[in-house]
Amino acid sequence: MKKNNIDHIIELSNELRWQIGDEFHDNLTEGIYADAADIVKDTVKTSDSEKRFRLDAKIDKIVTSKYFGFPIMFLILGTVLWLTIVGANYPSSLLANLFLDTIHPWLRSGAESINMPWWLSGFLIDGVYLAVGWVIAVMLPPMAIFFPMFTLLEDFGYLPRVAFNLDALFNKSGAHGKQALTMSMGFGCNAAGVVATRIIDSPRERLIAIITNNFSLCNGRWPTQILIATIFIGAVVPESFSSIASLLAVIGIAVLGMAFMFGVSWALSKTVLKGEVSTFNLELPPYRPPRFWKTIYTSLIDRTLIVLWRAIVFAAPAGAVIWLISNLHIGDESIAAWLINGMDGFGFLIGLNGVILLAYIVAIPANEIVIPTILMLTVMVTGIGGGAGAGVMFELDSINATGDILKAGGWTLLTAINLMLFSLLHNPCSTTIYTIYKETNSVKWTTVASIMPVILGFIVCFLVAQIWRLF
Amino acid sequence: METKVNSACETCEHFNKEGLKKLGIQTDNFDFVVALAGNPNTGKSTVFNALTGLRQHTGNWPGKTVMRAEGGFEYNTNKYKLVDLPGTYSLLSTSEDEAAARDFILFGKPDVTIIVVDANRLERNLNLVLQILEITDKAVLCLNLMDEAKRNKVEIDVRTLSKDLGIPVVPASARFNKGIPELIQTVSEIASGQIVCKPHRIKNVPSNIEKAVRTLTAEIEKEFPNIPNSRWIAFRLLEGDKEIIKALKSGEFV
Repeated sequence: MKKNNIDHIIELSNELRWQIGDEFHDNLTEGIYADAADIVKDTVKTSDSEKRFRLDAKIDKIVTSKYFGFPIMFLILGTVLWLTIVGANYPSSLLANLFLDTIHPWLRSGAESINMPWWLSGFLIDGVYLAVGWVIAVMLPPMAIFFPMFTLLEDFGYLPRVAFNLDALFNKSGAHGKQALTMSMGFGCNAAGVVATRIIDSPRERLIAIITNNFSLCNGRWPTQILIATIFIGAVVPESFSSIASLLAVIGIAVLGMAFMFGVSWALSKTVLKGEVSTFNLELPPYRPPRFWKTIYTSLIDRTLIVLWRAIVFAAPAGAVIWLISNLHIGDESIAAWLINGMDGFGFLIGLNGVILLAYIVAIPANEIVIPTILMLTVMVTGIGGGAGAGVMFELDSINATGDILKAGGWTLLTAINLMLFSLLHNPCSTTIYTIYKETNSVKWTTVASIMPVILGFIVCFLVAQIWRLF
Repeated sequence: METKVNSACETCEHFNKEGLKKLGIQTDNFDFVVALAGNPNTGKSTVFNALTGLRQHTGNWPGKTVMRAEGGFEYNTNKYKLVDLPGTYSLLSTSEDEAAARDFILFGKPDVTIIVVDANRLERNLNLVLQILEITDKAVLCLNLMDEAKRNKVEIDVRTLSKDLGIPVVPASARFNKGIPELIQTVSEIASGQIVCKPHRIKNVPSNIEKAVRTLTAEIEKEFPNIPNSRWIAFRLLEGDKEIIKALKSGEFV
């Protein structure tokens, strides 16, 4: 009985839909706007026509202008990165001194005094503790500088302007303009960027945005880029230019990532994800002076500490794994040495080396710990680091010391450049992969999004290495 | 740095300051569900933080909240669960964030819906407000960013607005915690039934459509008396919304 009534209602609605014609949606929307106008007429008075809107409009005219839009964008990004590079140096070595020079020997002598067996103290202190201490020393200072500045920009209202500037480019690559916003989120964290794609209506464009979000250099990879650029790129130019050169190198990588994002979006929208570009409204919100201290506080709590904690959680077991593979032997050689030797050939082919490839495998759970892992493995292979022993991380006195270690491990400028490229172009971290699966609900697209960047990375590194060696 | 702004309302005899407890993310055993809706970039998350004492990150760009955030507060011994919906311009399209907001207000049946609007852009924001008022009759308008409106010399006749919309209107500057006590008080009064809203219904609809909507609404009300949103269901049926048809068949409205 009830069932019949509901069927009747649905039938009636189908019938009525025919009678009123296709214009229903538009008519209804117009009706709503007309009502809104009526209400506003009676209730809102605007005098002295909108002074601040005009100031906003003036700023917008400059920051979204054809000629100044992009230069201003790069200038802002450059300033933020430069302050990060310059500012992180000192606190980093301070923390390294504290964790690695002061606390570490103290822990070791403590372990000795209670007669802890060597394998246990090695595993815990040289493996787990050192990895954690390292990650904090290397990552905390740049993050504590980069995130608050990025958040201040965000609160000021600059991000939608970036989206506005990039809209035309996304449009040309067959993607949705809102992808500019999800891309910006990706500069913070790819997993967050992938979740943010929910603001894109069309499933096709949303998939493109998800698959290509990994090309936004995330905060796990900024420190890698900054460190390598500072050590190697900065070292090949006269000292007075070194920070500017490393800065340009990092920006270059970030821009290259954006280029890949456009290229891959374009390729996808021309092949497997064909379709029309949908239109959308982008509201440029008013500029708001950020509430400075509150922003600093929330960005430290919400971003810096959360990301740091995640890095620590992943670094601890990774440190243990590194210590184990360096100290467990098969035949004469440690497992790590076997793996590194095994991958060296392929590594050479793409201008990297076995150490880097092994570090990437160990660090699949989190991009953040790639650099510490590479350093640990390099020390182990080259045997420098004094009496520290296999799989023990050495102290990071200064960036120069790090550079010396790497050079001793056979690193060249090519290795550095290719590491920067490979750090941009490889699979997303495990959290992002899991997020992609949750958002797409598709094993197929998750696989594509995970494998495609690695393949691209191999190809690009291979080409760069071959061309480099020609000269 | 942050000076606590004492709203006049906090010292007013009607507002029971001792009765307010911010519960953060504890949301179990709540008595009422409160939805937080509004256009993107109107400060919904700021209102959310002010009510719950949470510090969810707020950003100055549209579409920041895509995940549904939940929090709670307690006022006069009643516990409220607050759900921060994604910001949308409308509830009529197919994108996931709009569907999420629409479905929550329709099927989640919140006891109160707080609609946050930007006082500087009231006309544009009303599009969403009028749609929400078709779905629920228990709503309060939070006229946010009043500090900016004041600077921009935008004056709003709150009383007339409240009369036109048929729901309470609370002016606020959530960033500075202004108007939040009044908002809490109003929410509690709507939840307990002390305030009964007579929400505005969309008027400027062409007569042929209005006739169709009336016919359909009558039939729906015959089947489901006492539902507040028969007209909205009629709109959606005429639009051919498959979710609504499915929900009708499974009896989710009852």
